[in-house]
Amino acid sequence: MSAYRFLVNGAPAQVDVPGMRRLLDVLRDDLGLTGTKEGCGEGECGACSVLLDGQVVDACLVPVCQVEGRIVRTVEGLSLAARERGSLDTLQEAFLEHGAAQCGICTPGMLMAARAYLDAGGGPDDESIREAIAGNLCRCTGYTKIVDAIVAVATPLE
Amino acid sequence: MPAEPQIDVPRHLFEAYERLAAGPTRPIAGGTDVMVAITGELAPIPERMLDLSRIDALRGIQLEAGSLVLGARTTYTEIRRSALCREHLPVLVEAAATIGAAQIQNRGTLGGNIANASPAGDMLPILLATDAAILVGGQRGEREIPAKDFFIAYRKTALAPDELILHVRFPLPPGREVRFRKVGTRRAQAISKVVMALAWEDFGSTGWQNVRVALGSVAATPIRARKTELILEGARPTPEAADLAAEILVRELNPIDDVRSTADYRRMVSARILHRLLREAGGW
Repeated sequence: MSAYRFLVNGAPAQVDVPGMRRLLDVLRDDLGLTGTKEGCGEGECGACSVLLDGQVVDACLVPVCQVEGRIVRTVEGLSLAARERGSLDTLQEAFLEHGAAQCGICTPGMLMAARAYLDAGGGPDDESIREAIAGNLCRCTGYTKIVDAIVAVATPLE
Repeated sequence: MPAEPQIDVPRHLFEAYERLAAGPTRPIAGGTDVMVAITGELAPIPERMLDLSRIDALRGIQLEAGSLVLGARTTYTEIRRSALCREHLPVLVEAAATIGAAQIQNRGTLGGNIANASPAGDMLPILLATDAAILVGGQRGEREIPAKDFFIAYRKTALAPDELILHVRFPLPPGREVRFRKVGTRRAQAISKVVMALAWEDFGSTGWQNVRVALGSVAATPIRARKTELILEGARPTPEAADLAAEILVRELNPIDDVRSTADYRRMVSARILHRLLREAGGW
């Protein structure tokens, strides 16, 4: 057991856990942030996608010892800035508007992968968006509405 | 919750060497293979582990005396974004883009792909086709192992248990071309059914020299198809040469049936990829 300190959604977090504990388990079980979902547990489905220093990663593949001193952003932190205005992140709004969520298990990971894409300056073209979310499986929507929602946010306002 | 073995987090290479020399230790870098193995209980759970993520000596992409040198911890995302890779060995950029999706490319490393030594490791045929060398180190010193001598049996490498992969050196001979193709179930996030790298040097009058045909997913290790290479040595990429090389390749390969594909399919697709690469090179 060791103490690991890092930032989660802008706030300092400290956990006393084995260094090989998965970031996914630390978030859900030790920090109570259950927005991040476990799907396959082997890096195939992307349900546990979070941002680590701004890069999208599968939290099931990251041991917490590698998170020491770094910046984690989960779906709970997606709307922090917007929440002060009493609203959601523009991506969350777009997912609602376009009906981009069905059962919802893939949605947090999908949002985080899309956020990483947009933050890196990604544009509204279909092919780039589909590549950006290729690591996130959805078994309900057929992806079309998810892509539409991301296109809407990526399209510059007139 | 999966097993949580003890892990050391050294900051310097010499500390890592000490831990490795002290007893069986499983290194972890990007974790895209070892975390899956632990969670899925695909292999005995390591007793002790060694985190490489704080060791800066394993990072970086540089040009050194006519070679492109990539640190073992170089991620696929770093390769995709590297101006040096794009300029000097763009096939690395092309291959990195086919490995996993963003989540894997941000974490998975070149050194990890090599150490894991999966027969389906997508970068490995490129190492074979470019005559790359793998620099490894430990308390007993450093040594450079040619890629062709590195993969000795199914998931077995020439790396000793007390050694780490430090970097990979890709020679950059003038006039060399390298091509890469991967065939999987879908375009993204697929483990390959067949992966091929083809390299040659072309000085005009003499025909192709130093031809390399390297494949993954068709044997217990990544391999070179040496009979096919001989057929193409000194040849030009004509339709006749392509037909003959494809025919020899089908006879030379001895793949297996498994969950991802069949031996027949792998043989046929390998031949077709080679034929197509030769057609593109010949411009016919």
